[in-house]
Amino acid sequence: MNTEILGVIAQIVLLVVLSFPLGMYIAKVYRGEKTWSDFMKPVERWMFKLGGVDPAEEMDWKKFLKSLLAINLFWFLWGMVLLVTQEVLPLNPDGNMGQTAHQAFNTCISFMVNCNLQHYSGESGLTYFTQLFVIMLFQFITAATGMAAMAGIMNAFAHKTTKTMGNFWYYLVLSCTRILLPLSLLVGFVLIVEGMPMGFDGKMQITTLEGDTQYVSQGPTAAIVPIKQLGTNGGGYFGVNSSHPLENPTYLTNMLECCSILIIPMAMVLAFGFYIRKKRLGYSIYGVMLFAFLVGVVINVAQELGGNPRIDEMGIVQDHGSMEGKEVRIGSGASGLWSIVTTVTSNGSVNSMHDSMMPLSGLMEMLNMQINTWFGGVGVGWMNYFTFIIIAVFISGLMVGRTPEFLGHKVEAREMKIASIVALLHPFVILVGTALSAYLFAHAPVFVENEGGWLNNPGFHGLSEMLYEYTSCAANNGSGFEGLGDNTWFWNFSCGIVLILSRFIPIVGQVAIAGIMAQKKYIPESAGTLKTDTVTFAVMTFAVIFIVAALSFFPAHALSTIAEHFSL
Amino acid sequence: MRNIMKSLRLTLVFCVFFSVFYIFILWLFAQVAGPNSGNAEVLTLNGKVVGAANVGQVFTEVVHFWGRPSVGGYTADASGGSNKGPANEGYLAEVEARIDSFLVHHPYLDREDVPAEMVTASASGLDPDITPACAYVQVKRVADARGMSEEAVRNIVDRMIEKPFLGILGTARVNVLKLNIALEESDR
Repeated sequence: MNTEILGVIAQIVLLVVLSFPLGMYIAKVYRGEKTWSDFMKPVERWMFKLGGVDPAEEMDWKKFLKSLLAINLFWFLWGMVLLVTQEVLPLNPDGNMGQTAHQAFNTCISFMVNCNLQHYSGESGLTYFTQLFVIMLFQFITAATGMAAMAGIMNAFAHKTTKTMGNFWYYLVLSCTRILLPLSLLVGFVLIVEGMPMGFDGKMQITTLEGDTQYVSQGPTAAIVPIKQLGTNGGGYFGVNSSHPLENPTYLTNMLECCSILIIPMAMVLAFGFYIRKKRLGYSIYGVMLFAFLVGVVINVAQELGGNPRIDEMGIVQDHGSMEGKEVRIGSGASGLWSIVTTVTSNGSVNSMHDSMMPLSGLMEMLNMQINTWFGGVGVGWMNYFTFIIIAVFISGLMVGRTPEFLGHKVEAREMKIASIVALLHPFVILVGTALSAYLFAHAPVFVENEGGWLNNPGFHGLSEMLYEYTSCAANNGSGFEGLGDNTWFWNFSCGIVLILSRFIPIVGQVAIAGIMAQKKYIPESAGTLKTDTVTFAVMTFAVIFIVAALSFFPAHALSTIAEHFSL
Repeated sequence: MRNIMKSLRLTLVFCVFFSVFYIFILWLFAQVAGPNSGNAEVLTLNGKVVGAANVGQVFTEVVHFWGRPSVGGYTADASGGSNKGPANEGYLAEVEARIDSFLVHHPYLDREDVPAEMVTASASGLDPDITPACAYVQVKRVADARGMSEEAVRNIVDRMIEKPFLGILGTARVNVLKLNIALEESDR
């Protein structure tokens, strides 16, 4: 059998097998049960003390959210200051410049919201100092923010009736020390052995075999790559992310990096089931997500291995699939898999150029982000699915004439309103953003020309580039059709606004729903209860997601990716 | 306001924990276990460094094997792909031109012998590898230019092919720089 396909299968099997023990471990950590990592306790105590935090204080959902938003606001200021002044800060051996205000605004927000959209290139747009004290730091702590939010929701649902949902600071620190740090170190060690740089020397000057001079950018790459993948961050060390041969030197590193993206989101879904002691519910959600994920994998791997029909027409051999924008050591198969893995989660790192992929692959990538609930970012992906569970419970409750309830708590008008706003915000910001940019492109050519012309491809594909950009922002993903000339005033600001709205409105809404529902009187399960851990309900949720999230985007796709497919 | 103070203190704690402590562990590990104590791994010919093992470089001389097209011309302090869509007519014309040019340099080949990898640009513009097929189609040109037998050159290519991971996962590849170094070493 084709070794590229075997490689893809091996990665998926590895992920499924590893997600179970990790899910159990995560549940134990948040429950405060005994684990092997308890030796970190003294370190955590020291962190709480220096941070001035009382980890035992129970918070209600409003207080929980206030803490979350406060620290995020602080991080925004922190990032802005350091990025603009990086030129004069230490650890800048290549003499890179400070970022402009609109670029720093975009960079800072995009890393604060765990999106990692990059309108700069790492080699020249950052220094080693900002790579470590802004980029990498944010990759840890913003991932931990999402995980802490989910831990709070799990806590709320594990109780019958409760006003509180645990302590935000406690979950934030534990997510770092018990989950993100150990896994990152493990991955980092392997990457270093496989040849990834991890030093502080500047560019290496080399005289090549044919006598040219080549400057090779390097630096503390192996510190950033593990957390970039594990925290579903995705912001690469180098401009081309994990397609760069120093950021992803071998097929082994590619497998490891690819699995690192999805392992925590997968495990978190299971952890939810373990935590609230309703394993079947965890499995049924996991099943729906895995199914949707596999559909995407089959389509993209087949599309990319199949190659570009226009190149076939030229009469040359295309045995290895569509290789434009791909690397030989990774291959089309593993690139197709990665493109799905990185878009079902909110990761957004790439190991090939999505802009050059087949139109249907682009369609799947965008659909994954437009639906934005399959596994998703660490913590927050599951929370998006939770929004749709609320809607599905409500709709199916009305259909069969039962009181809509989830985990023993009634779903009423207030929760439904919040869930609907959260669910509809996503298509709204994507489509409005795309419409605005397409309008400007058509009707304000002078403005667009002054911004460098934006698009790298004519026709249908050009629209795809703009649609992809807003989709990626709204999903807090961060990958791009990188042909788009997006380091401009218009894109930096409009994307920055989309990023903030789509991170914080959902997170606030979802935590609020959980908090409000948990306060309600617990209704024990009876014959009249709508069961939420059955296959029927799983299919129902899938249908609701598909109708609400996917169908809103079909008109846009008909004009971009689908039209391009038929023009091939 | 109390939350902001907590945020400041906690952020500083995280800085120490991650940006200092975590980095230090990895840096130390790289000094010991990394291939070039934390820097990019390099390759040498006659004791002289001729390139980074994992970073592709420009080869245009007839006596060398060539790598894949690179949008940035293998500048290793800026990376990038073409980002051209598959139906972009301008891009397809470019590929057509690359095929013609490849055939001019390899007149013994037919169109259907040209591997697509050899005329499409890589993602990073720094792809250090080509597929075995890309190497084999260049054997005759290199052998003629060096006055070596085709068989001798083909043997070197055979030797330099890196099998898929564990023999069954992923792609087979040939590192162009390693191949050219092996070629230089045997042709003296």
